[in-house]
Amino acid sequence: MKHQTAVLDSQRVPETGRSSLMKRLDQGLLRFFHGHKTFDHGIYPIEHKELTADKPIRRMPFADELVIPLLQHKGRPAIPLVKVGQEVVRGEPIAQADHFVSVPMHAPATGVIRAIGLAPTAEGPKTPAIFLKVYHAASQQVLYDMERDPERMSVKEIIQAVQDAGLVGLGGGAFPSHVKMHPPAGRVIHTLVVNGCECEPYLTCDHRIMLEQTDALIRGILIALKATRAERAIIGVEDNKLDAVAHLRARIARHLPITAEAVETKYPQGAEKMLIKSLLDLEVPAGGLPADVGVAVFNVGTLAQMGDLLPKSRGLIERVVTVSGPAVKNPGNFVVPIGTPVRFLLEQVGLKGPLGQVILGGPMMGMAVASLDVPVTKSVSGVVALEPEHPSLARRQVYPCIKCGECLNACPISLNPSMLGELALAREYGTMAEQFNLDQCFECGCCAYVCPSNIPLTQYFRIAKSINRDAKTRHEQHLDATKRH
Amino acid sequence: MPKIIEIRTSPHLKRAVSVDRIMRTVVLALLPIAAFAVWQFGLSVLLLLLTTTGAAVATEWFFARASGRGNTVADWSAVITGLLLGLTLPPGFPLWMAAVAAFVGIALGKALFGGLGYNVMNPALVGRAFVQAAFPVAITTWTPAFAPGRFAELIPSTLTLPFMQPIPVADWIAGLNMDGWSGATPLAMQKFQHIETPITETFTGLIAGSAGETSALLILICGLWLAWQRMLDWRIPASVMAGAALTALPFWLMDPSLYPSPWFVLCSGGLMLAAWFMASDMVASPVTARGVIIYGLFIGVLTVVIRLFGGLVEGVMYAILLGNAIGPLISDWTQPRVYGSVKGKQPPAH
Repeated sequence: MKHQTAVLDSQRVPETGRSSLMKRLDQGLLRFFHGHKTFDHGIYPIEHKELTADKPIRRMPFADELVIPLLQHKGRPAIPLVKVGQEVVRGEPIAQADHFVSVPMHAPATGVIRAIGLAPTAEGPKTPAIFLKVYHAASQQVLYDMERDPERMSVKEIIQAVQDAGLVGLGGGAFPSHVKMHPPAGRVIHTLVVNGCECEPYLTCDHRIMLEQTDALIRGILIALKATRAERAIIGVEDNKLDAVAHLRARIARHLPITAEAVETKYPQGAEKMLIKSLLDLEVPAGGLPADVGVAVFNVGTLAQMGDLLPKSRGLIERVVTVSGPAVKNPGNFVVPIGTPVRFLLEQVGLKGPLGQVILGGPMMGMAVASLDVPVTKSVSGVVALEPEHPSLARRQVYPCIKCGECLNACPISLNPSMLGELALAREYGTMAEQFNLDQCFECGCCAYVCPSNIPLTQYFRIAKSINRDAKTRHEQHLDATKRH
Repeated sequence: MPKIIEIRTSPHLKRAVSVDRIMRTVVLALLPIAAFAVWQFGLSVLLLLLTTTGAAVATEWFFARASGRGNTVADWSAVITGLLLGLTLPPGFPLWMAAVAAFVGIALGKALFGGLGYNVMNPALVGRAFVQAAFPVAITTWTPAFAPGRFAELIPSTLTLPFMQPIPVADWIAGLNMDGWSGATPLAMQKFQHIETPITETFTGLIAGSAGETSALLILICGLWLAWQRMLDWRIPASVMAGAALTALPFWLMDPSLYPSPWFVLCSGGLMLAAWFMASDMVASPVTARGVIIYGLFIGVLTVVIRLFGGLVEGVMYAILLGNAIGPLISDWTQPRVYGSVKGKQPPAH
């Protein structure tokens, strides 16, 4: 039975060995002749992007009910501005930002607030959300807008406008964009890195945005350049999207300080630390921010929305999502209203058969949802549906670590996952952080992907980090308590 | 829409390579070498390989069960140990001694530490080191390659009764009437008589020696194939060979009549088999990229030092066992520099 699985895997996931040799040779030649920049280590999972790469962005209809969680970003949850039963118009603010590290929410559709209560999330725990019943008969015109010229706005006004638009990192980070435009005291941003890598398998929404929303993207880059006071912007694009690089180069006016550069197609090229290393050969200090090396990183989707929304004074109410995966009948790229339940999305694209697993984001770092009622939030770049027989869902025997060193060769930040895994088994969580830089791990999943012993390394590290966090909190509480007495 | 959906944690993709597949591939790479050994030395070697493999698998099965680790035979690692051990023994090695070697290798070299992944040293070499000490005569008794009738009869010592001294083979060899048989392997001839066997013979392996170590060419092909399959770290054999050749070179340049040439060093004895299939044992070698190079060079240098200046004819076994022993230390020294940290300085704790 196990042997059968192995045969199945090698047929369906030809990620090593002869079957992918031609592809590897192709990539090798490409790199040799073009010399595309890159970082150390990383992995080459099969991309599966051909499913949707040439599918133009289409508009997804409105679901009957949209669910807008108040916390879709890093920071403090937004504070509702509406009451149950209140009618709202598409684009109207329905929740306001709570202090600086927070963003407001806008009504993704015209309708009525049905409830404010708990909704399921991909992360697991239910969180407060606004339930909006959509008026299907309404024209769904965005009435909340006012033309303005970002050229004439001050830096402070732009940063405020970015917060008012509810913009967060649309690549998956969900960090409020206006906070990134405001570097810590003493830091000067010299380069704006625009992240068009899209290194996760299956996802193509950023690729389509670069091709179809080019002007909005360039507008957004100019706004971000002004707000961060950076001298130049570099758009980093993986070399599996050379059409996007060529298209961008053709559309960027000569006099603008913006360049588009191809980088090697390698996971996790789109992680900001990796992209900074590839493009600028700079390393963000451990525990630091890109601002520490004078860089700010924005995703292409974020900047395209910024370029579209800011001149109109609108808020973020929809985003481009790739709906793909082997279980999907008609995969594609769609403009999806924020709050659309995953169930509705899958109904619209159709399923080939039973569902095995649904992942929000890409399959390397995305989260599998426990319920199809989970809504699309601002940071969801893709919905990937797998069928039950998908090889990645096969039960795999876990062997002891055989010290093969594959994880060390895969880890993009050069940790020692083999050693960290052994320490996790021994419950030496403190040692993991103190001596083996556990806190540097950003859970890209490369180590678990390559591990021939099928050890769930990434999950071990996640657990270890959360145990360390708890221990730290307890320790601080203890200190507080002793101080008081 | 389904009622039940599965949830797992990321990453949701997995490379289709697993431990058992790696081990099976290594076994596959060893099979041509084993076949060549059988063709060269006859039925005795076939029985020898079956004995070591069978004993290794049986020992693995017993200890895994006894210690409640379930059935670990399916990971194929015991098969590699048994096969490799058999290939390092003289063709006429008594079968009962071979079984002891396999038992000791798995029991003391692997099961004692907790099984696959936890052994400090290569189990096959632990087994061989044990019988080298316990049965010094049997393990240095060589028989000629391509003996006539090798598929019809066994080498007399093969079927020595358990706990008995091996049956002497001198008369049997004399009866074969083989021209040019001196009773010594090329390594011994070089060391004691300073006669260097031509490279053509040591490279192709049409010579006497341990069962599977004779053909450098065949080992090279099988090893390269395994490295191409990305199931063997090519840096280990490359650095072992570089370390050995570079150590041998100055001595050979000083006095070619006394010291062996670098290519003789590489192609003679067990060096090629050891470099490609034993030093490269994943479990017992360091995990870091720089570490494996230091480890390989160490083994290469030490092998030649033992060969040239030690009392032993062959030194690669002890060199690897010592390399295994210092492997964890090398790993510690060569921890990779973490992204964003300054060399030699830990990133700030926060």
